Amino acid sequence: MKLTLKVWRQQDPTSPGKFVTYEARDIIPEMSFLEMLDEVNEGLLARGEEPIAFDSDCREGICGTCSMVINGLPHGGQKATTACQLHMRLFTDGETITIEPWRARAFPVVRDLVVDRSAFDRIIQAGGFVSVFTGGTPDANLIPIGKPDADLAMDAAQCIGCGACVAACKNASAMLFVAAKVSHLGILPQGRVEKDRRVLRMVQAMDKEGFGSCTVTGSCEAVCPKEISLRFIARMNRDYSVSLLKGGE
Amino acid sequence: MTRMKLDSQIPSGPLAEKWDKHKFDLKLVNPANKRKFEVLVVGTGLAGASAAATLAELGYSVTCFCYQDSPRRAHSIAAQGGINAAKNYKNDGDSVHRLFYDTIKGGDFRAREANVHRLAEVSVSIIDQCVAQGVPFAREYGGLLDNRSFGGAQVSRTFYARGQTGQQLLLGAYQALSRQAGLGSVKIIPRTEMLELVVVDGHAKGIVVRDMATGAVSSYAGDAVVMATGGYSNAFYLSTNAVGCNVTAAFRAYKKGAAFANPCYTQIHPTCIPVSGDHQSKLTLMSESLRNDGRVWVPKQKGDKRRAGDIAESDRDYFLERKYPSFGNLAPRDISSRAAKEACDEGRGVGPGGLGVFLDFSDSIKRLGEDKIRERYANLFEMYERITGENAYQMPMRIFPAVHYTMGGLWVDYNLMSTVPGLFVLGEANFSDHGANRLGASALMQGLADGYFVLPYTIGHYFATNKVARPTASHAEFRAAEEAVRARIQKLLTIKGKRTVRSFHRELGRLVWDKCGMARNEKGLKEALRRIPAMREEFWSNVTITGSGESLNQTLEHAGRVADFLEFCELMCLDALTRDESCGGHFRTEHQTEEGEARRDDENFSFVSAWEYQGLDQQPVLHKEPLVYEGVHMSQRSYK
Amino acid sequence: MNTSNSRCNSSLGKKYVMAITGLALFGFVIGHMVGNLQIFLGKEVLNAYGAFLKSKPLLLWGARLGLLATVSFHVWAAIRLTQENRAARPVRYAVTKPIGASYASRTMLMSGLIVASFIVYHLLHFTMGGLDPELLTFLDEAGRHDVYRMVVVGFSTLRVSIFYLVGMALLCMHLSHGVSALFQSLGLKTGVFGGWIDGFAKISAIVIFAGNCSIPMAVMCGFLK
Repeated sequence: MKLTLKVWRQQDPTSPGKFVTYEARDIIPEMSFLEMLDEVNEGLLARGEEPIAFDSDCREGICGTCSMVINGLPHGGQKATTACQLHMRLFTDGETITIEPWRARAFPVVRDLVVDRSAFDRIIQAGGFVSVFTGGTPDANLIPIGKPDADLAMDAAQCIGCGACVAACKNASAMLFVAAKVSHLGILPQGRVEKDRRVLRMVQAMDKEGFGSCTVTGSCEAVCPKEISLRFIARMNRDYSVSLLKGGE
Repeated sequence: MTRMKLDSQIPSGPLAEKWDKHKFDLKLVNPANKRKFEVLVVGTGLAGASAAATLAELGYSVTCFCYQDSPRRAHSIAAQGGINAAKNYKNDGDSVHRLFYDTIKGGDFRAREANVHRLAEVSVSIIDQCVAQGVPFAREYGGLLDNRSFGGAQVSRTFYARGQTGQQLLLGAYQALSRQAGLGSVKIIPRTEMLELVVVDGHAKGIVVRDMATGAVSSYAGDAVVMATGGYSNAFYLSTNAVGCNVTAAFRAYKKGAAFANPCYTQIHPTCIPVSGDHQSKLTLMSESLRNDGRVWVPKQKGDKRRAGDIAESDRDYFLERKYPSFGNLAPRDISSRAAKEACDEGRGVGPGGLGVFLDFSDSIKRLGEDKIRERYANLFEMYERITGENAYQMPMRIFPAVHYTMGGLWVDYNLMSTVPGLFVLGEANFSDHGANRLGASALMQGLADGYFVLPYTIGHYFATNKVARPTASHAEFRAAEEAVRARIQKLLTIKGKRTVRSFHRELGRLVWDKCGMARNEKGLKEALRRIPAMREEFWSNVTITGSGESLNQTLEHAGRVADFLEFCELMCLDALTRDESCGGHFRTEHQTEEGEARRDDENFSFVSAWEYQGLDQQPVLHKEPLVYEGVHMSQRSYK
Repeated sequence: MNTSNSRCNSSLGKKYVMAITGLALFGFVIGHMVGNLQIFLGKEVLNAYGAFLKSKPLLLWGARLGLLATVSFHVWAAIRLTQENRAARPVRYAVTKPIGASYASRTMLMSGLIVASFIVYHLLHFTMGGLDPELLTFLDEAGRHDVYRMVVVGFSTLRVSIFYLVGMALLCMHLSHGVSALFQSLGLKTGVFGGWIDGFAKISAIVIFAGNCSIPMAVMCGFLK
């Protein structure tokens, strides 16, 4: 396969960036999208040019590191798939592919396709946890949790924190990410104790980072590699209003 | 260099009482004084994150570092299958002693007994801790925790969260760490890699790091350094590790006097998706929990190229069930991997290049229904289909072994302290608990045991008994270490040769996979030991790195890691050559039984090999920690 | 430090304002439609209804002021949220593909603004007589304001009727997304009930479109005269 790539190149956070066009030759369908970029980078290095910087780590779809918008779609838009799991068999010979970084004020570009997602960490630090200390916890089977609740919590807990929801949302909203954590912990009895405080603090942190708000378009759900449901956002909206009515913390 | 002495600090007394006794004997630090101690934690996987969170909860002042852009992305996240604990919730005869015994036996009697017993003891608390944090483990309809069985055990003691147990446990630890960060008791420094250990007056007192986004090299001083930097599987280039995993931090510590133990103990995981070509950047593992319901087979005939469905039952060889009737498809990892390799070596492998065996779910689908299989493994089947384009509900999966975990690591004593006082090593980065082979679902257990329940006790003892003042980061040793780091970066950038870093890494990986992989022998290892220095020499004169050191430069990062692998692999091969026996994952073809099983040599090799660095072109010195077993009888491992 | 005021001013707080005012306006749209549909029951019924409303000035003006306030809050929150949302993505994508997002959901501000200008036109047309003052001067046999005739005359111009149809189409597109989104924002779109809401939103939008458009259509077809 031969492809034309239009890739966003940006030296550092403050420099202006631009699209640069590259040819990708000898691409085979078994390659993953990132392996295709590896090949392009090998070619750039051989010519003494700087390779395209992009984030990736586990390359098996679970660490949430890879992050690029491929032809207008975060992670390339294949159902339940991260960029690292996207394979070239889905592209056609001669195609032009545009590759851009996540675009959001809260995710500044570090270089080329690499962005800084530490905003997500700060949101978790604001309240995305259960306040227990190590040790002194009761036996694990002391609190029975119904299978439906455990499964629902797991559905939410699967979030890999990649930020595709933010990248896809026309408002660069982080609601799906925040709602997934609020729901995961709020559904379980262990986390229900500090549910009100958690949701208030996490939403406050989210707003502070400069994410947009939810207009319920559903793009986030459509691109989420873990298929986190919009219903968790509804759940968070309810939790937030309940804790407001209770008078805050 | 001074001759080091290995003192394992194993407490006296009966095996089952050692840890309790030791906990009482450990000196404590006054709660009010804890904040005066600065602990530097490198790595934020299960071991690092749990340690950093727990130390901060205790009141220590903690700074932690990771090369990923967030602590939540450490590679522990990719563990799929589960975590073992001796809860005996299934009433199937499990106990602390049985978990201990299974782990020792699974490790082929090459692990330190006291550590393993402690691991089995604290396994129980880990599950309690994780549940309290909100880890959504799988549940039964009655609301209690579910368990599954796993390779190398005949009881169901594995707790799991779908196929994402590692993710959920890591997020639990990450959330505990985040809580402390929110409270201001931990400082998290992501996208930063440790490039040097700083030793002042014989004690580990700090690290030199490079901010990967800006290229800035700086020093951090502490009262102790905790390394939880993972394993070195990426020495093989292709492995199931994340592409960023590396040996650099551990190797720097080794060069600064920390002994490296059993580097030749590497684990090959039997259920990975086969390699599809040269472009491959990593291998994808599928949880071996798949072996609970999948049957492994190859055609009986050599070179049988028929589709799986066209091969009659009588023409199939379910080789694990045939060779190991009592464990069958759940035989331990090393044994299963080698059996697959043998089948492929005989020309009976399936798929492109004949490097693969079938993992067939059709019987289970018939017995339990497709829905049940989907419920158990949906994400794994989807992952398989995304990568291979094949639907494993309709045709068998193809699997092949891949490097997955490294049992070797920095030598530590019972307190998890290395031979450099003040340097503690946790999780996969140390050598302590798995011997020559790790059982499934035990890595998560060990990482969390070290971080939540061992280090928090033992580090206090170090502080209470070693009153060594913390130097400032402007101390001469720090300056010198920083200079060394900068000089090395500069040197890499000025070579401007012709070959890419990746091509060196690939060549090195292929060499060690061939010569120091699933099967090793003297001739191959000697050849590797001859070729690695030449490769290293070429690397340092012909590698090409573009860009500068003053910004994000992923080629430069990779080059630094490959440079360390080029030295480390020599140590790994040397260790493999020196250990002239077969045990666990270390299979020397010279030492096998008539049936092709590993043959241990307990008389001559019942020890831990701990290597002491002597300089680049010097042979490292081998120190031996004898392995003495009180609680178990050393036997030939049999899973028949 | 966290006053409930600042909480209401949070992104979620503003979404509640959108949702609650949206719900109120949705209720008004339905009530207004039901009132207007009385035209099909004949001149007598409609004019009596008009006279009844006029006879309760307190109620009428209360409702009018309430509506004005509701609309103001709805628009204020929309503008604030839009400003924040735009600021959240200072650099746009070169290529965008809407995925999972309906046209209605992506154009709420546009449809909302057009609907707002339509309302202004509508008020000028039938409430204030700004377009044709004569419309408000019609009286029926009983001496009441002849609402029936006003409507028939008002819709007898093709241009005006088409504008009403377009306005209704946009309003209903707005509602088809807005009604389901408001339940989402209020956190009520969960459980079994949650599955019905999208359908409810679409059906109610269609009913409102059909109900409101039936009046100008009937006038144009000569059914009402």
